[in-house]
Parts: sequence; structure tokens; C-alpha cells
Amino acid sequence: MEMVVRRGMGRGISAARRSFSTSIEAEKPTGEGKPINLFSAINQALHIALETDPRAYVFGEDVGFGGVFRCTTGLADRFGRSRVFNTPLCEQGIAGFAIGLAAMGNRAIAEIQFADYIFPAFDQIVNEAAKFRYRSGNEFNCGGLTIRTPYGAVGHGGHYHSQSPEAFFCHVPGLKVVIPRSPQQAKGLLLSSIRDPNPVVFFEPKWLYRLAVEEVPEHDYMLPLSEAEVIREGCDITLVGWGAQISVLEQACDDAEKVGISCELIDLRTLIPWDKDTVEASVKKTGRLLVSHEAPVTGGFGAEISSSIAERCFLRLEAPVARVCGLDTPFPLVYEPFYMPTKNKILDAIKETVSY
Amino acid sequence: MSAFSALKTIPSHPIAGGHRRRSSPFLSSLTNTAPTGHQLHSSAAISVSLSHSVIAPGRPVRAVSANVVSEEKQLDGSAFPVISREEALDLYEDMVLGRTFEDMCAQMYYRGKMFGFVHLYNGQEAVSTGFIRLLTDGDSVVSTYRDHVHALSKGVPARAVMAELFGKATGCCRGQGGSMHMFSREHNLIGGFAFIGEGIPVATGAAFSSKYRREVLKEACDDVTVAFFGDGTCNNGQFFECLNMAALWKLPIVFVVENNLWAIGMSHIRATSDPEIWKKGPPFGMPGVHVDGMDVLKVREVAKEAVGRARRGEGPTLVECETYRFRGHSLADPDELRNPAEKSRYTSRDPITALKKYVIEHGLVAESELKAIDKKIDDLVEEAVEFADSSPPPPRSQLLENVFADPKGFGIGPDGKYRCEDPGFTQGTAQV
Repeated sequence: MEMVVRRGMGRGISAARRSFSTSIEAEKPTGEGKPINLFSAINQALHIALETDPRAYVFGEDVGFGGVFRCTTGLADRFGRSRVFNTPLCEQGIAGFAIGLAAMGNRAIAEIQFADYIFPAFDQIVNEAAKFRYRSGNEFNCGGLTIRTPYGAVGHGGHYHSQSPEAFFCHVPGLKVVIPRSPQQAKGLLLSSIRDPNPVVFFEPKWLYRLAVEEVPEHDYMLPLSEAEVIREGCDITLVGWGAQISVLEQACDDAEKVGISCELIDLRTLIPWDKDTVEASVKKTGRLLVSHEAPVTGGFGAEISSSIAERCFLRLEAPVARVCGLDTPFPLVYEPFYMPTKNKILDAIKETVSY
Repeated sequence: MSAFSALKTIPSHPIAGGHRRRSSPFLSSLTNTAPTGHQLHSSAAISVSLSHSVIAPGRPVRAVSANVVSEEKQLDGSAFPVISREEALDLYEDMVLGRTFEDMCAQMYYRGKMFGFVHLYNGQEAVSTGFIRLLTDGDSVVSTYRDHVHALSKGVPARAVMAELFGKATGCCRGQGGSMHMFSREHNLIGGFAFIGEGIPVATGAAFSSKYRREVLKEACDDVTVAFFGDGTCNNGQFFECLNMAALWKLPIVFVVENNLWAIGMSHIRATSDPEIWKKGPPFGMPGVHVDGMDVLKVREVAKEAVGRARRGEGPTLVECETYRFRGHSLADPDELRNPAEKSRYTSRDPITALKKYVIEHGLVAESELKAIDKKIDDLVEEAVEFADSSPPPPRSQLLENVFADPKGFGIGPDGKYRCEDPGFTQGTAQV
């Protein structure tokens, strides 16, 4: 399948140059469903969402022909151009349009082509979507709104096709922020997000669109929001992450194990409102916490986790909370590997924290 | 023929005696002088293609000025009133309600009864009344930060609007919004939008919903959405984004510009490269109409056609209503920037006085009846204040409600109680 990209992104997403095993490949097959990649899982979820609600719509830039990442393939043919349609390239207008549509009792599933392009829509999302229910005293709400957008590094994306802007949206009461780590998770969490009665910003790890392959049940299922998942149990240190970073953390866990460090790995899944209890329980057990995300470290969501856990687990912590995140630079072009919170950086921080 | 009257599409009413002229280099290039018509769509002669702005061959691209600043009066020469007695009474009552309500707001604001910033609508009543009184209950209105009167015209009771301004539990948003946040699901008022232009895409989405219900779900839905915004907003990107989308998808929406000539402290003429906003319709493939926003009858005529077009599924219209606010931008604005001569020029064209004169001269209504309406509205607004003043404040739980659909986990703690019920809530020791 040809990848179609625009706005100066010259290469396809599929050919990541470094090895990038995902947590999913390590997971046991569930025995149901076919192995599919992440964009196909998203595609399945969108099919189900439109199938099960005649007033659900998918729209955004290029979604009519399947989208630049193929997530919306086949939807327009199946559900018609009245429900699956291209918008002009105007993110602020798209977001506002989606809010109006949702306010009239519809399920508006808007796609912002890259998370980097979400900033023109930031005003609408922050000032209108997040506050619609509150400032109208519940006369109206735009709970039917879900904004899907691909985020994160992809190996060669450069400044404007690689950013992770999730923390901005976590600072806005009234929004939910959800990020899946794998195809199975993506399908279940996306369906939950679409059906959740609150506006949700759903970030999709674009690096995993093709790389992550997992058996995904074909039926309609939902995974709970605001519930973190302990995906590997351990006793020496708790690692918290989300999205594509989970697979990097998982590799770090494997390497740590070889030097005798037992890591507990938690996928936060929903960033807002986040599952403090699960993280707290884990840190109370291990006494140590490391948070890792691709976004720059300063003001990233890791800071919020670090602070909250320090408040809740101060007397149980045996080391400062470690943050292994992106650098405080714009997302770089050539030196992306130096910017990224790589496995080795995480492994070093694990060792340091454990031997603090 | 005035500078603006290259195209006259609606009868000019005697109350419209304007005094303002603007240079109009663009219009001088038009050679067409269309005959007077009563409906924009009905006359090929007024569907003038602006040759240099046609972007879609075959699509009618029209720009129409309703001769708003004509010095001439009684151009149609008609002695017959263009409205019925019932309509006259309704329009008059609605405009007086808007004016009286806003004057009362000023009093209450200065007495410290209101929260937040308050922007009054005085002077612009012909626009709200001219458009909204034509709408059905199912039609939607999207407003701005100057939204009290739009709410009233749409039928939201004055007491509910006043109580909202007082931040009381009986307000139309339960006191959770305030002045710039009037919503009513019952009346399909989809809100005041305090940020410039933010209501326009929301209105566009609502209009799409109506079209979908009608054309795809085959529901009996011919609802129209009317988006109000000001001249300042017409320099904002969302305006252009949505003109494009609405025309592209032929949505049942009317974009109503309330051009009161001032964007807070910035003169429209100084802020906009081409101040004739209505001319921005045709480049997007929709009619642009210019109308005297101080003349409710003219506004109503234009509104009839624009709303009718939307209802018939013929797509959006851009209407520029040239109006003026009689007060400062907000009640915090001392209004020192505007030239007193300009102000008095417009106050002398007070839309309520003009309508009054028209209906009396045409023998539609006796002066005593209008006085009775004035009295009725005075009482109504007084009652609204009493109602608002005596209403209870919202429960403290309001602070934590409606952030998310379900307050559990956010507003409601693990014990199942609102966190604000914790005695420590106001002492800053409870976790919220």
C-alpha cells in the first residue's frame, strides 16, 4: 500500500530503520482475531463506530480516500460521503465544526492529520470543547467529540511530523486524553473514547501504525478509560509510560532483568483523568519510579506524575523519581536518536535509581 | 442613486433615511442597475455575476447592497406597510425588550449585581429582532459575547437571562456561565461565544447536522442556523474557513455580520483592507448582502430571503448589517474613542424610534398601544430583576459539576459525596 504524505514529509512511515520490537509481539496471542497492525485496528474501530451509530461521522483532511496513514480506508465507500468526508485544510475550523456537530447530539470523529497540526485547533479544543458542558450549565455538551491524531517520532519525521503535544491537553479540565500502545489496545480504547460522553483527544502512535502487529478480536469491544494497566510485574522499580514509548520501556525492562533488576511496567493508557491509584500502589511496592515520554521533559506529563507520586508516596520512595524524556529542544531532524528517550538512557536511569 | 445602490433588492423603507456615505470604488465598476425586487432569489436581474469574482462557473455568485446609506427615502413609493399589525407589535415589543433589558443590565452591573464582563447591545436591536423573530423554535442561533438580546429574541425568558447574569441557580445556564455564555437547549440557542469567531465553526457544524438529518436520515428537518458576529471577527481566519466550508457543502446557515463599525477600540475602516464585508460572500460562492442594520424592516426583508434560501436547501448567505452600538464596547469601557458627531449621527437613527414612527404613520398601531408595550416591558424587566435578585445562588457543588459528564472521581470523592461537602473545602485543606 502506498503511503501518501504531504506537507514536506518525503518518505513513507513504514520503513523505520531501527529495529523496533513492540510489546505486542512479545505478548501471548489471545487466540481470537487475526494479526493486524495498528492502523488496521483503528480502521476496524472506526467501521464499528459508524456501523453502530447512524449519527457518527468521520472527517478531516484526506480521510475520504483513506487518510495519509490509511486509517480511514474503505469508510467512505461503506458509509457514504455524507458521513465520511474530507474537510478543507483548516484545523481550527475542523475542530469548531466538530464541536458544533457534537453539540447537536452527534458523534463527531475528527482527524487532525498530524498532532503537529493540532495547534491551530488548540483554541477551539481548549476554550470551547473542554468548557462546553461547564459554561452552558449542562444545557449543551460536546461529549460526542473525539479528535484522533497521530503523534510522536517516526525515525525521520523532522520538526513538524514528530511532536508529542499530549501535555498541553492534560492541562485543560474537561478533556480526556487517551494514547494506546498496540493494535488491540487502540481498537478498544478508541471505541471507548468515541462512546465516552466527554470530548477526547486520542493520540495514535504513528510509529506503530505498521510496525505493531497483534491479534485483534474482530468483534466490538471496549477497554476502560482512566484505568492504567500493569503489563509486567516486578519489585525493584516502577516504570510508567504510554503509547509507543511502552515498547522502548519494555526493551529496557528486558535488559534490566539481565542485570538482576526486576521492573514493573505500567501503561497509563488514559493521561487525563489518570489512574493515580494503580501507579501509587505499584510505587508503594517497589519504592522507585521512572517516567518516560517522548515529549520534552520540562512541563511534560511526567512532571505531573512525578509530583503526584511524590505527594502520595513520599515516605516510601527510596530514590528521586526519574524522568527519561525528550530533550528541551524542538524536535530535531538529523539527531533524532539523541533527542529520544532511548532504551539505553532508560536502562542507565533504572540502574541509577535502583542504586541511589 | 447612492453610492451603494447599484443594486437595490428590497424596498427601501422610509425609516431608513441614512446619512452615511462611504466611497465604493468597487461598486462603480458595476454597470448593472437592477430593478427593485422583493426577493433576492427571484430576480435574475439581481443575480448579478461579479465578473472578476466568479470562481465557480455556473454557480450564481451574487453581491447585493440594500441601498443602506441612501439619502433617498421612500424609493419604492409604496404607501402600503410591509408588515402586518401583529408583526409590527412583535418587532416593536422585542426591540423594546432588548433595549430596556440592557439598560437595566447597566444599572445592575454598576450596582455590583453581576459577575464577569458585560457587553450591551443598545442600538443594534434591529439586527437581533429582524433575524431571530423570523426563526422557528427548531432553528439555532449562535451568538457572541454580546448575547443577551439574541437570547431574548430567541425566546429565552428575561428572568432566566437576568438570573444568569446575576450568577443565580435559576439562570438559563444555572448561573454557571454568566454574561457571555447564554445557552438554552429548549430554544436552540447554542451559546454566546466570547472569543472572536469561535462560534462560527460551531454554527457550521450545527448546520451540517440539520442538513444530514434532512438529506440522509430523511427526517423532517429544515432547521436553519444563524451565526452572529461582528465586523472585527471578519478579519479572523475562522470566518473565512467557515464561509468556505458552508458554501462547499451548501449548508443551511446564515452568516450575519453586525458591523457596528468598531472592534473594541479599532475602527472597522482602519482595520480592514476592504471594509465592505458583504463583498466577501461571492468569492466563496454565496450571496453577500448589505443591509441597513438600523432598520428592522429592511433587516427582516433580507433575513426572510437569506433564511428562506437556507431552509430551501440553497445554501448559505452572508449578510452585513450596518449598525452601531450606543454604548461602549463593554460596561468597563468609558467610550472615549468614538467621535461624538458619529455617535449622534447614529443615535438619531435609533431603530426603535424609527420603527415606532413607521408603524404609527402607516396606521398599523396606535401610539397608546406602543406605550402599553413599553409599560409591559418595563414591568417584565423589573420582575426579571426581582426574580434574579431573590433567586438562590447555585449550590457549591456547581464548581465541580459539568467538568466531565460524570462527576465521580472529579467532583465526587470515593465516599460518594461532593468534595465540596468536606468541611475543609473552603479552608484549602481538602483535596478537590
